[in-house]
This record gives sequence, C-alpha cells and structure tokens, in this order.
Amino acid sequence: MTELSRIWRETEYRYNLIGYRCKNCGNSYFPPRDICPKCHRESIGKMEKVKFSGNGEVMSYTVVHDAPPSFKRQVPYVLALIKLSEGPVITAQIVDSPEENVEIGTKVHMVFRKIRQDGDSGIIEYGYKFAVNQ
Amino acid sequence: MKVLSNEVYIIGAGETKFGELWDKSLRNLAVEAGLKAIENAGIYSKDVDAIYGANSLAGIINKQENIGALIADFSGLSADGIPSLRVESSTASGAAALRDAYLSIKSEEYDVVVVGGVEKMTDIHGSDILEKSSSILDREWEAFFGATPAAMAALIARKYMHDFNVDKEALSMFSINDHLNGSKNPDAQFRNKITLQQAMNATAVADPLNMMDCSPLSDGAAAVVLASESYMKKNKKEGVHILSSAVAEDYLSVGSRQSIYTLTSTKLAAEKAFKKAAIKRDDISFMEVHDSFSIYGLLELEDLGFAEKGKANKMVYDDIKLDGRLPVNPSGGLKAKGDPYGAVGVGQAVDAYRQLTGKAGDNQIKDARYALLHNMAGTGASSIIHILGE
Repeated sequence: MTELSRIWRETEYRYNLIGYRCKNCGNSYFPPRDICPKCHRESIGKMEKVKFSGNGEVMSYTVVHDAPPSFKRQVPYVLALIKLSEGPVITAQIVDSPEENVEIGTKVHMVFRKIRQDGDSGIIEYGYKFAVNQ
Repeated sequence: MKVLSNEVYIIGAGETKFGELWDKSLRNLAVEAGLKAIENAGIYSKDVDAIYGANSLAGIINKQENIGALIADFSGLSADGIPSLRVESSTASGAAALRDAYLSIKSEEYDVVVVGGVEKMTDIHGSDILEKSSSILDREWEAFFGATPAAMAALIARKYMHDFNVDKEALSMFSINDHLNGSKNPDAQFRNKITLQQAMNATAVADPLNMMDCSPLSDGAAAVVLASESYMKKNKKEGVHILSSAVAEDYLSVGSRQSIYTLTSTKLAAEKAFKKAAIKRDDISFMEVHDSFSIYGLLELEDLGFAEKGKANKMVYDDIKLDGRLPVNPSGGLKAKGDPYGAVGVGQAVDAYRQLTGKAGDNQIKDARYALLHNMAGTGASSIIHILGE
C-alpha cells in the first residue's frame, strides 16, 4: 500500500503537468527538480514552477505486455517517451488511440486519466497520459 | 603527498549456480559463494580484514536489510568482529562492492578483503517481482506511469532501430551468443542454445523486445578474494591484477538524458578505465557486459568504444563469438548465465578470474590476457568498469 501523502505531494505536478524552469539559463525541466543540472549553484532560488502546454510528439514508444500487478488490467498498453514542445522528455502512456496510429514523430496532447489502483482497497492514483492529435 | 602504490589482485573466486534455486535462501547463497572463494584463495577467516557485500533488492524482495551483518554472521565470522558492509548501487551493486574493496586495499587500509554479491529473487509471487524490480527506475516519474525495466529498454531499442535502420535480428544475435556460451558454463541458468527463429518469435514482453531479449529472474551469489600485492607476495600466492576501476553516472531517468541511446555513464567510465589501465582497446581479450536487455549489448559495444554509434550490428554475427575478434560474455552474460542483480558484477569477476588463470573449462578463451568487465545500474544511470589482466 502506498502512503497517501506520497501521492498527494506530487499531485500538483502530475495533474497539471507542472515542471520547473531555471531563470538563470531558461531551460525547462520535467520532472520537477530543485537544482538546474546546467547552472548548479547559480540556479539556487531561481527555479520557478512552469505549467507546460501539454503538446508534444512521440520520441519512442512500446507496447507493454508484461506489467506489475497494479497495471495488469491495462495490459497491453502503449508507453512512450514524449518530447514536450517546451523541451523536456517525459515517460507516459498513450491512450484513446489505436496502437497503429502511434509512430515516432506522432503529435500528441496531454489528457488527465486514472493511472493505477493500489490493490482492491488502496487509493486510486491520477495523472497525465497522452492522446494522439486528431 | 603519499603516492598510492599498493596494487590489488584477485587471489580466489567462487560462485553458486545461477538460477531458480528454490531450496536455497539469501544467506545460504551468500555463504556458499564466500566459502568457495576463500577455499579457492587458500586463506582462512583470520586472514580476512573486511567483507564488502553487494545486494540490490533484499529489503523489498526478502524484507531483509542489514545484509553486511547477515553475511558475516552466517559465514561464522561475527565473533571475530570482522567489518562487513553492504554496498548498494542497484544492478551495479556487485561492481560497486568490488570497487570499494579495491579502494580499501589501494588506500593501504586493508590487505585481504572478501567481496560478495548475492540476490534471492524468486522469494516472491508471480508478477510482483516487476513492481520490485521497477525500483531500479525513477519510481515517481517512470515506474509510477507503468514503466518497467523492459519497457524502458524497449523505448531505447525502438528509437535506436529507427534512427540507425538496425533490424531486430541484430538484437536477437546478442541473445543467441549468450545462450551459446551459457550452454558451456556449468554455473549458467540457461544451458540451452537458441535458434534465430526462437529468438525472433518468443513471447512479447515490451515491443520490440520479447522474452529472448530479456534477462531472467535469478537467484545466485558470487565472491572473490582481493589481496594487496605485498600480502600476495609474502604468502606466495598468485592472482589476477586489477589494472583499473572506474565509475561514472548519468541521469536516473532515460528521458532526461542527452541522447536516449547513448550510455554516457558507460562512455565516461570506459575512458577513465582505459586511461588508468594504460592499455588500448585492441589489447582486450574478452569482455563481460551488462546486457540485461539485448539492446544494451549493442549500445555497450558502441559506448565502450568498440563500434561507432549505430554500427554495433556489424559485430554481433561473428566478432563477439567465443572464437571471434572480441569475445563478449563468454560466461553466457545476463541473458543465459543469469541476472541476480547484486551478484552480477561479482560474478563477472569470477568468470574473468577463471579465464585469466586458464580455468574457464569449455569456455576458455585462448591466450586470454586482458578482460573488461562492465556492470550497469538501472537503465544506464551508473556504469562501473574494471579492467583485469596480468
């Protein structure tokens, strides 16, 4: 069972696709990070939250057939690396789109979905997935 | 400033069989490998200055932490007060322990150190292991969204195959070579050869990777005894020289990396390892590389500096074979010998010790002089390289 607080503290980022931007160099990051890997200490106190547009394209994808118990009901599912239009590359599922419509370079947008369920009595976790642009 | 000059040698090695070892516990395995290594080195417990034990997932699989104490206790060494620490660096824990032990002798703190690696992965029900093994990824931003180690390797494979026009067959050839070599290694988990057809058409795991591209779930332990040059000479022992040890890091998540199919940690560690060992790539007689998924085998040939990016497919048909230009994974590698996470890096050292002392049996490489061992954490977050030789 996952502790509620562990999920809760990340909800802002996972629900809204919020990452960080370094005011020193202008680079954007997802997942959220406190230090800019380019600027190091120069970035202290200069990392600001940024909400990403949710638009991006598929850098790579796979169809997962062998999954942990909490994802068993979703098998087979498409997992992808999505390059957001703002730069960061994130790992997320692609849904609502037939597998054959997904290719490297396919344009996608973020959708809000249920991610997983922690057993029969555990909490239900939500966050971002992506769908192919029409 | 004092110049560190004490060279380090492996003077003994031993391992358990790798596989699904239902009748053996975590501690049984650790003790069995340790005793074999000590016996092989011809030393006694009173000679041992310290133990470095590698393990990756015992806390969440076996619900046992405090692995250092566990190993010392059941090796019968608790009453002697011999220091015993656990070293953890995910799937590279084995090489991490080897490196820490190497440094402890290099620094002249110790003369004789036992390095062990152990993993007991089958003490868990069915697919629950995927929940645990996914902890080698970024739990909050990869695994949380349904990523598994195989899925991340598949994402890398798809993009690599797309950008360099490499076909799936090249990946399968790496697994075929592992199985061919594993068939001659009595410690290997799988001792069956596989055909190209079997390798290409196995059950899908994470497209384009299938079961024959993925290392198995393994139990196993391995151990080596390291000694300082002065101890070795004083006690008239022979050993295999550790010429260099190097480690480097990269981003934890695949998506954060500069290039998803470049193992930067491997590149950086290789540069350091070759520089310190003062030998050339052409001098390497054979390599053991961390091919938990077949795609990594190809990337490693490239990032270790033996092939240009996107060109490793040229090596997988002949060069990497046991009698090829650069034999890779004579032990059977992670696919056939097995992948007991924390034991892998130490197991590679056991194989190299046997090869370089001419005791590798049916897998013996003729005139083996220098070995490169590559152990990697997660999807490439850390790489640890050792070069062994004369």
